Amino acid sequence: MSYSWNWGVLFETPYLGWILSGFYWTLVVSISSWVIAFLLGSIVGIARTSEIRSLRAISTIYVEVFRNIPLLVQMFLWFFVLPEVVFVELGSWIKRDLPFPEMWTAVMCLGTYTGARVAEQVRAGINSISIGQRNAALAIGLTPGQAYRYVLLPVAYRLIIPPLTSDFLGIFKNSSLGLTIGLLELTARTRQVSEYTFQSFEAFAAATALYVSVTYVVMKLMAVVEKRTAIPGLISLEAK
Amino acid sequence: MNIKSILMAAACAAAMVSAQPALAEDTDSFVLERIKERGVINIGYRESSIPFSYIGADNKPIGYTIDLCMLIIDEIKKVIDVPDLKVGFIPVTGQTRIPLMANGTLDMECGSTTNNLTRSQQVDYLSVTFITGTKLAVRRNSGIQEIEDMNGMPIAVAQGTTNERAVKRAAEIAALDVRIVNVKDLSQGWLALETDRVDAFAGDSVMLYGLRSKSKNPEDFEVVGRFLSYDPYGIMVPRNDSTFRLIGNKTLATLMRSGDLQALYTHWFEPGPADINMPLSDTLQTAFEIQALPE
Repeated sequence: MSYSWNWGVLFETPYLGWILSGFYWTLVVSISSWVIAFLLGSIVGIARTSEIRSLRAISTIYVEVFRNIPLLVQMFLWFFVLPEVVFVELGSWIKRDLPFPEMWTAVMCLGTYTGARVAEQVRAGINSISIGQRNAALAIGLTPGQAYRYVLLPVAYRLIIPPLTSDFLGIFKNSSLGLTIGLLELTARTRQVSEYTFQSFEAFAAATALYVSVTYVVMKLMAVVEKRTAIPGLISLEAK
Repeated sequence: MNIKSILMAAACAAAMVSAQPALAEDTDSFVLERIKERGVINIGYRESSIPFSYIGADNKPIGYTIDLCMLIIDEIKKVIDVPDLKVGFIPVTGQTRIPLMANGTLDMECGSTTNNLTRSQQVDYLSVTFITGTKLAVRRNSGIQEIEDMNGMPIAVAQGTTNERAVKRAAEIAALDVRIVNVKDLSQGWLALETDRVDAFAGDSVMLYGLRSKSKNPEDFEVVGRFLSYDPYGIMVPRNDSTFRLIGNKTLATLMRSGDLQALYTHWFEPGPADINMPLSDTLQTAFEIQALPE
């Protein structure tokens, strides 16, 4: 391989600053979209198990739509198509006056996409609890809301921590698709460094290290959460 | 330092192993050597660099640079005496072309690559075969003539291109407050302009003419302004192989001397299959004359 290595380039101005700013935007976008995904996914997931037929239908449509369209296509639709199909004034506000349009688009896109996945986990968590518990909760006079709040959800959330961890990790990796709409996150910045310096291997090695370290931290944190909230005899970590 | 020396040692070892048959054939070119070994020459092409290198109607790469490469390959066949040498076409992008060249996948890159000195730390270039520069594509009624007219307006540039640098530099010099909107590639830049997300799209002028000719309403757009950068295009070849590079440059010099290159230019650009309609500029004509070295 005829390649002249130069690891020092990673610490030169402005390249170091680019990579760090890319890393910053990756974190901002991933964490904000996770907040949206978690809230939206919880609501939709609960609605999927509801007794009310219309709620179930709406939430099912949401999940199927957002889960079945490729994320890359969704990114494009949010960025290029959405401003064209809403009211003209709103569309031109999105295109011209919205601060950080790439960031907001990426956050909405990742949030709603991951939200559909979280909803499925929440639904699976609730459904894995035997129907007897729900019936018992209702029988002792709890309202359906109370049954969810005090009986079903506390167990369901604990059960789904491992798959939720995967989704949380996925959001960090999926955030790199933001570069297709011009979001200067870590991968986009890495490509920029590699285009400016042509030290592609060094730049991508740095990005890899950053992605791995952030996902490692998330994994460790979630393992702690899982352990802290474990119900003896119920949760997978205990069983190990 | 340590890693470097290990890699060096590994590279030397690899070179020695592959150099064994080279002695018998008496060529000092590792690229020719590996082409012979593989029985195929791998050239990188772009999928939408019209009219340099793009996918034609029959799904094969065609274009001005592809034609040049084919002529060079004819010469290579003669030199290594393999008349039925196969040609492997490998699609590349702005991001992948240098790594693929550096890791030995590509033997030549036939696209629309600006020859600059930073890139020359990783790859070598053949003679300059096209000259362009950064200009602005705008809406015809926008009133924008130069980048200086764009204070406070959004402008799209493709990430990591030489255009991005040119626009940033020009904005800095004129102390302009332009909002740079990064786009993934040429077609998304044009889409951003068409959907009014930006007021201008900065790119290599020849590419902008190409995009304009393909757009729904070409007469709504125009390419304006002075050249904000100097972008000489060249065919990329692996670094540190002057024997291989010489074959390419010899072929190009012959084409420039005979006037065949000018004819090829006319075929692709005036107006050319993609309706570019860009006459041969004086600068490029001069470049052809200067690079037409004698035998």
